[in-house]
Amino acid sequence: MLTETTMKPTSATAAAPLLSVRGLEAWYGESHVLHGIDFDVAPGEVVTLLGRNGAGKTTTLKSIIGIMGKRKGSIKLEGKETIALPSRAIARLGIGFVPEERGIYASLNVEENLMLPPQVKPGGLSLEQIFELFPNLKERLKSQGTKLSGGEQQMLAIGRILRTGANLLLLDEPTEGLAPVIIEQIGRTISKLKREGFTIILVEQNFRFAATVADRHYVVEQGKVIDMIPNQELDQNIDKLHSYLGV
Amino acid sequence: MFELLGIPPQALFGQVLLGLINGSFYAILSLGLAVIFGLLNIINFAHGAQYMMGAFVAWMCLNYFGINYWAALLLAPLIVGVFGVIIERVLIARLANLDHLYGLLLTFGLALIIQGLFRNQYGSSGLPYQIPPQLTGGQNLGFMFLPNYRAWVIAASLVVCLATWFLIEKTRLGAYLRAATENPTLTQAFGINVPLLVTLTYGFGVALAAFAGVLAAPIYSVNPNMGADLIIVVFAVVVIGGMGSILGAIITGFGLGLIEGLTKVFYPEAAATVIFIIMVLVLLVKPAGLFGRTT
Repeated sequence: MLTETTMKPTSATAAAPLLSVRGLEAWYGESHVLHGIDFDVAPGEVVTLLGRNGAGKTTTLKSIIGIMGKRKGSIKLEGKETIALPSRAIARLGIGFVPEERGIYASLNVEENLMLPPQVKPGGLSLEQIFELFPNLKERLKSQGTKLSGGEQQMLAIGRILRTGANLLLLDEPTEGLAPVIIEQIGRTISKLKREGFTIILVEQNFRFAATVADRHYVVEQGKVIDMIPNQELDQNIDKLHSYLGV
Repeated sequence: MFELLGIPPQALFGQVLLGLINGSFYAILSLGLAVIFGLLNIINFAHGAQYMMGAFVAWMCLNYFGINYWAALLLAPLIVGVFGVIIERVLIARLANLDHLYGLLLTFGLALIIQGLFRNQYGSSGLPYQIPPQLTGGQNLGFMFLPNYRAWVIAASLVVCLATWFLIEKTRLGAYLRAATENPTLTQAFGINVPLLVTLTYGFGVALAAFAGVLAAPIYSVNPNMGADLIIVVFAVVVIGGMGSILGAIITGFGLGLIEGLTKVFYPEAAATVIFIIMVLVLLVKPAGLFGRTT
């Protein structure tokens, strides 16, 4: 069972957590999905939520950004409780969300998709900086957002939240269904964002990818965090992780 | 002077003009309905009553306060739009996650109440509203006489429709509206105040109806049933254009007005039903409407 000590960051950045989740419960209608999620994320960390399908990883991200209908517990961002806030207010505290299905708007072109989220904090990336990360987007600004390839849509989904100044990024399965070459590009981007000080929570099923970018891994099972594995200890814990993930 | 299929040009162009006038009202009203349906998923059956309110507010401005047509053209949409905002906040917002039918029933009930209240107060015989002095008279174009006020109605409708289209399709605010229409939950998760957008959009759609009402006041007599008579045709226009399609509402509104006018010339017996016949045909061939998106 996860203890208070294992929930916390073990790296040198063991400062006050940027995000602190305690006893988080959530429901889809009558269905109780999260049963008390606990974890912390330090500023500048990349943390993954690993687990099998239906474990509650995506629901955890949705609860953090406030788009689950019913939730309880505590989610503190820089010490500020957000559990009772509407999602628009949570986003304005500095959280950017990339949903699993990418959430590209068909009625907006690439430029409009990119410019849609309002700036929530100073310090967001400029369009030029985003185009440096994702050059494909610059060439397709006037295309309908959903006409892009899967990889380009993922770049657009990540690019548009980088503009906003959000310093905590929630990325839900950013590599799902993408070609290896695009996965590498997304990986390089996440590493670069980490170097620039962004804090990232990554939901991943592909732990080999997660291992290349993350500092720590939380394992989610049946709506609870059941383990935390620092990335440098991943090799020693690989059998345990295989058993958690059923691979 | 030439004749087309035995029809004198004065009669032909007279009906074309009449068709364009009707088309102007169809376009503005169906545009308001399309904007409201697009974002709120509400079939606003009170739209006809709100159009009538616009005409009545203009009439009241003139008769109670001496406020002229031009000021009423701004004031009436504002007043009726604020009324719409209150209705959305107090009543419609409560139906946000329910089936379309509930919104339709609520707004249908509202329409009956509003019309009933105005009928009790002002009767149903109609009240006159004079054409503003600047727009009386007309132009002899040789092949037809063009009354100035009717030309103004067509021009004003076109400008308002195109401005609304521009606002929705080409501005940042319009992008917010389109995004909120497509995926309100995610749009909200980006920090955009979707409930506020919904309220303002309803108010704007209602204001468009009221604007059409003010334009109509000098042409038709101002009476409590003026919206009820029109709204069924406008719903047919929206269905033909495609529910929620902005451009569809505008093009279909003007186009069907024109077709209706021409039908009056060539086959008057079908003039009252031609729009509904087209609606049936469009629904059979393209159920989402001419400009609607299939999901």
